[in-house]
Amino acid sequence: MPKFLLLAVEDGQRFSDVSPAEMQAIIERYVAWTEEMRAAGQLLDSNKLQGGAGRRVARRGKEIVVRDGPFSETKEVIGGYWIVDAQSDEAVVALAKKSPHLDFGTLEIRQIEEL
Amino acid sequence: MTHRVDALVDRLFRRSAGRMVSALTRLLGPAHLDLAEEVVQDALLRALETWPYRGVPDNPGGWLMRVARNRALDVVRRRATLRRLEPLLIEPDGDAVAAVTSPPDDELAMIFMCCHPSISAPSRVALTLKTVGGFSVAEIARAFLAKPAAIAQRLVRAKRQIGEGGIEVAWPVEDMAGRLESVLDVIYLMFNEGYAASQGTALIRDELCHEAIRLAGLLLETDTTARPETHALRALMLLHASRLGTRADAEGVPLLLHEQERDRWDRDMIARGLHHLERAAGGGRLTSYHIEAGIAACHATAPDYDHTDWRSIVRLYDGLLEINGSPVVRLNRAVAVGMKDGANAGLAALADVRDDAALAEYCLLPATAAEFHRRRGDRVAAVREYTRALALVRTEPERRFIERRLAGCRLLG
Repeated sequence: MPKFLLLAVEDGQRFSDVSPAEMQAIIERYVAWTEEMRAAGQLLDSNKLQGGAGRRVARRGKEIVVRDGPFSETKEVIGGYWIVDAQSDEAVVALAKKSPHLDFGTLEIRQIEEL
Repeated sequence: MTHRVDALVDRLFRRSAGRMVSALTRLLGPAHLDLAEEVVQDALLRALETWPYRGVPDNPGGWLMRVARNRALDVVRRRATLRRLEPLLIEPDGDAVAAVTSPPDDELAMIFMCCHPSISAPSRVALTLKTVGGFSVAEIARAFLAKPAAIAQRLVRAKRQIGEGGIEVAWPVEDMAGRLESVLDVIYLMFNEGYAASQGTALIRDELCHEAIRLAGLLLETDTTARPETHALRALMLLHASRLGTRADAEGVPLLLHEQERDRWDRDMIARGLHHLERAAGGGRLTSYHIEAGIAACHATAPDYDHTDWRSIVRLYDGLLEINGSPVVRLNRAVAVGMKDGANAGLAALADVRDDAALAEYCLLPATAAEFHRRRGDRVAAVREYTRALALVRTEPERRFIERRLAGCRLLG
C-alpha cells in the first residue's frame, strides 16, 4: 500500500492564551484522529520535531555553509509528522481533511517513493 | 513506534494545573506564585506540542509535574536572584510523581492562602479559580461577565496583598475556625457565580459549580475542615446543582422551578446532597448553609411544584432572615409565602422589599410582583410590572424570559 508523509506546518504562535481545559480538548481531538488511523492499521509512525528553526547545510561554491533556519521567509515551522498507509491520493487527502491540525496550521502531504 | 494512546481523564489538565501550582507554590513560597504559574503553563504547553504526535504518556499527571519541575529548575538556575531556590527543587527521583498523587495538603494549603481574610473578597474567588481550579483569566472573565483585563487586575491586586500581608501557604493553618469560614464563603460565592440563572447558562458557569462542589469535597476529606457547616454547604450546592441541566430551555432562556422537567433532575446528586445534609446536623451551630440546604432539599424531594412543602420553606426562610436579612432572601421568602398563602399574601410580603435600594435594578423583583398580579387576575398590573422588569434585564436570555411572560399576560386578555 502507498505510504505518505504528513507534515504538520505550524504558524509558530498558534497556542497563545489557551486555558488548561482548552489544551486538553485540543489534545483529545488529535488523539481521536490518530487513534482512528491506528485502529484502521494505517498509522506507521509519528513524531514531534524539536522546536526552533533547525539548520540548513548548503554548498556555496567551494564552501559548505551551515546556517540556522528559518528555511524560508515565513515564520512557519514544521511541528512534527505522521507516516500513514493509504490506498490512494484521495484516501490520504480524506485522512488529512479530518485532522484537527487544520484548525492550527496546514498539512503537507508527500508520497514516499517505493523502490 | 508511537506510544499507546489512552483517553485523558476528565478535567485532567485543569486539575493538574491546580495541583502543580499548589505544590510548587508551597515548595517555593507564595512570593513565587507567578513563577509556579509560569512553569506550569509551560509544562501544559509542552504537552500540547508533544502529545498530538507522541501520544499520551502512561502517567500524564506525573509527566506534567516532572516537566514543570524541570522547567522551574531551569528558571531558578538562570536568574541569580532565584538561585537559592534551587535545592528546594532537587529531590530524590520519583518525588515529582509523588507530588501529584500526594494527600490533598498542597491544595488545602493553597485554598486557605487564596481565601485569606486579608485579601479583598472579590479577588479571593478569582484567585482560587485561577491557581487552585486551573481556570484561565479569559475563562474567569467569561464566567463573571467581566473583561479579562479587569480579572487580571484583580489577580495582580490579590498577589500584592499576599506579599504585603505576609500570607503563607501552609498546612495546617492557625485560627482554623475563622479561616475555614472565609474558605466556605469563597466556595459559596464561586458556586453562586456559576449558578446565577440571570446570567445565562454558558458551559463555563457549570464548571464553576462543579469546581465549588469539588473544593468542598476536598475539605471533607480532612478531619479539621470536615465540619458540619462544610457538609451543609456541600449539601446545598449538590441539591441546587442537581437542576443544572434543566434550568433553561433549548434556547438558553431560564425556566422557573414549576416549568422544569423534574424527572431530569440528577437523582444521584440529590441523594448525595441529602446525605451531606444529614451529616451537617449535630454541629450545635445553625449556619445559613444549613437552612439554604434545607430549603433546597424541600424542592429536590417534592413530587411537583404545587405539592412542595411551602409551609416548611417559609419557616426555613424565617430562620434564614434571622441570620441573613438580605433583600434577596426576603424576596425569595415572599415567593414562598405567595405559594403557601396565596398571591395577596405574597404581594404583602413583597411590599417589605419593594423599596429596597439594593434591589432597585433587580429585574426579578418586578417580575415576581407581576407573577402575583397575574395570579390574582390583575392583568393590567402584571403587564405594568413585567414592562418594568424588561427595562432592567442585563442579559439576552433574561430579556427573552421576561418577554415570554409579558406576551403570555397579553394573550390572556
